[in-house]
Amino acid sequence: MTTGTFRPAPGAAPLPRQILAQATMEARLLLRNGEQLLLAIVIPLIVLVGAVQAADRFGLSFDDPTVDVLTPGVLALAVMSTAFTSLAIATGFERRYGVLKRLGTAPLSRSALLAGKVAALLVVEVLQLGVLSVAGVVLGWSPDVAVLGLMAAVVLGTAAFAALGLLLAGTLRAEATLAAANLVYLLLLAGGAVVLPASAYGGLGDVVQWLPSGALGEAMRAACDGDLPVVELAVLAGWAVVGGAAAGRWFRWE
Amino acid sequence: MRYGDKTAVDGLSLAVATGTITAVLGPNGAGKTTTLETCEGYRRPQGGSVRVFGLDPIRDRRALMPRIGVMLQSGGAWSGARAEEMLHHLARLHAHPIDTGLLMERLALHECGRTPYRRLSGGQQQRLGLAMAIVGRPELVFVDEPTAGLDPQIRRSVWELLEELRTDGVTVVLTTHYLEEAERLADKVHILDRGRLVASGSPLELTRGGTVATIRLVVTQPFPAGAPESLAAALGPTTELTVLDDVSLQVSGPADQSTLATVSRWCEEQGVLPEALTLGQRNLEDVFLELTGREGSS
Repeated sequence: MTTGTFRPAPGAAPLPRQILAQATMEARLLLRNGEQLLLAIVIPLIVLVGAVQAADRFGLSFDDPTVDVLTPGVLALAVMSTAFTSLAIATGFERRYGVLKRLGTAPLSRSALLAGKVAALLVVEVLQLGVLSVAGVVLGWSPDVAVLGLMAAVVLGTAAFAALGLLLAGTLRAEATLAAANLVYLLLLAGGAVVLPASAYGGLGDVVQWLPSGALGEAMRAACDGDLPVVELAVLAGWAVVGGAAAGRWFRWE
Repeated sequence: MRYGDKTAVDGLSLAVATGTITAVLGPNGAGKTTTLETCEGYRRPQGGSVRVFGLDPIRDRRALMPRIGVMLQSGGAWSGARAEEMLHHLARLHAHPIDTGLLMERLALHECGRTPYRRLSGGQQQRLGLAMAIVGRPELVFVDEPTAGLDPQIRRSVWELLEELRTDGVTVVLTTHYLEEAERLADKVHILDRGRLVASGSPLELTRGGTVATIRLVVTQPFPAGAPESLAAALGPTTELTVLDDVSLQVSGPADQSTLATVSRWCEEQGVLPEALTLGQRNLEDVFLELTGREGSS
């Protein structure tokens, strides 16, 4: 019996369709995952509300209203949590479960895979920034957004953290990636000048503003204050290039 | 191919004809998966060359990958992805995919389409792996242990599917350690052992070995001293005699009456009483055992 059902007709889908497929699939999986949502939305929300309350209670004061300083920092935190921690953990388990191996023999090039991943991250980040911005406004945030600067900060911040996240996921085992990605996230949250401005760290501020976390935090604060943060954006671009090169060099697919 | 100082596949040379099913058979650790993964571009050979459709699996991967389908031995899906979602995703990466609903039905996966991958049974995961390998309408599929651990009914439906692929012009290369699978499906069987090719041929060629028949004799008391040697002399150089233990032996030789007559005459001369005397054509299991000296499972 022949029906011709399986008659060979090989061929790759057009590149844009592949990238779209990969991006939709990855975004859907990211949003379906409970822990990832906690990291993406719930923790930044708690940090925002908690920090605004705590700043008032402990008399922490900045040049600008507290919520105007903290909200852009929390937006930066949200970008970091998705582009670095979520991506690293997800990719670590993709390696472990042979997903990357499987996709390696599908007609999907590595650059299309990467483009799909980045697009998925941007989708999730837009949702995060939407929710957190509304929360900030509710708390009294009145930003003066430099749209170009903000977009550049989100894109370059995503590139820098995604490169570092992939470097982590491509070189360590899945469990080690999970632990390291969370640990680094917590350390940068506390001491990386993401939520709090670099100036709040005293002398250390001169150092931490060169970290990807500090550069992203400072860039978001400047962009939400109507400035184009050229130096910080250049620092993020530098991390993206260095991290990307290292990931390209050392990433192991299996 | 070597892993550390262990040589997994060595001096292997084989070719596959289009539109056929080729089985790579061998005990665990024989190098079956390593061989396949070298063809799939996952591993770079330390020596020699691999060409698939004349393409180098690593250098020409962009041109090759759309043309081949790969079923991994395990894994290959996001643990949180639903079965139908996973298959649909693979389909979307190809230009002319097979209808995923049809494929799910053919592989009895339609009832677990909405189940996340991590909650599928081992057999369901395996069938989804096969579906993912063929959804893109490849010319050539590599399937690694396609029916390991499946229940007999589902195993048969997988066999039928593989045969239908061949009928439709797809070339299938499969690894297996099930002898009956190779015997039933394959046009050509390559037997690997410790990374080396030990035999190649159609199941018929391998089991016939010319017109060889095997006689197995078990006697009630241990053979008298020198008796097996005298049988060997009586049978002549066209047959091969193997003493299995002190009460049994095996004779492989031309499938004619004189071999059997010689054996029974010898029993009379030596005064030994046969307890069992079996005569049979070899099956793939005998060939496999002879070549690898190990038990296969069937």
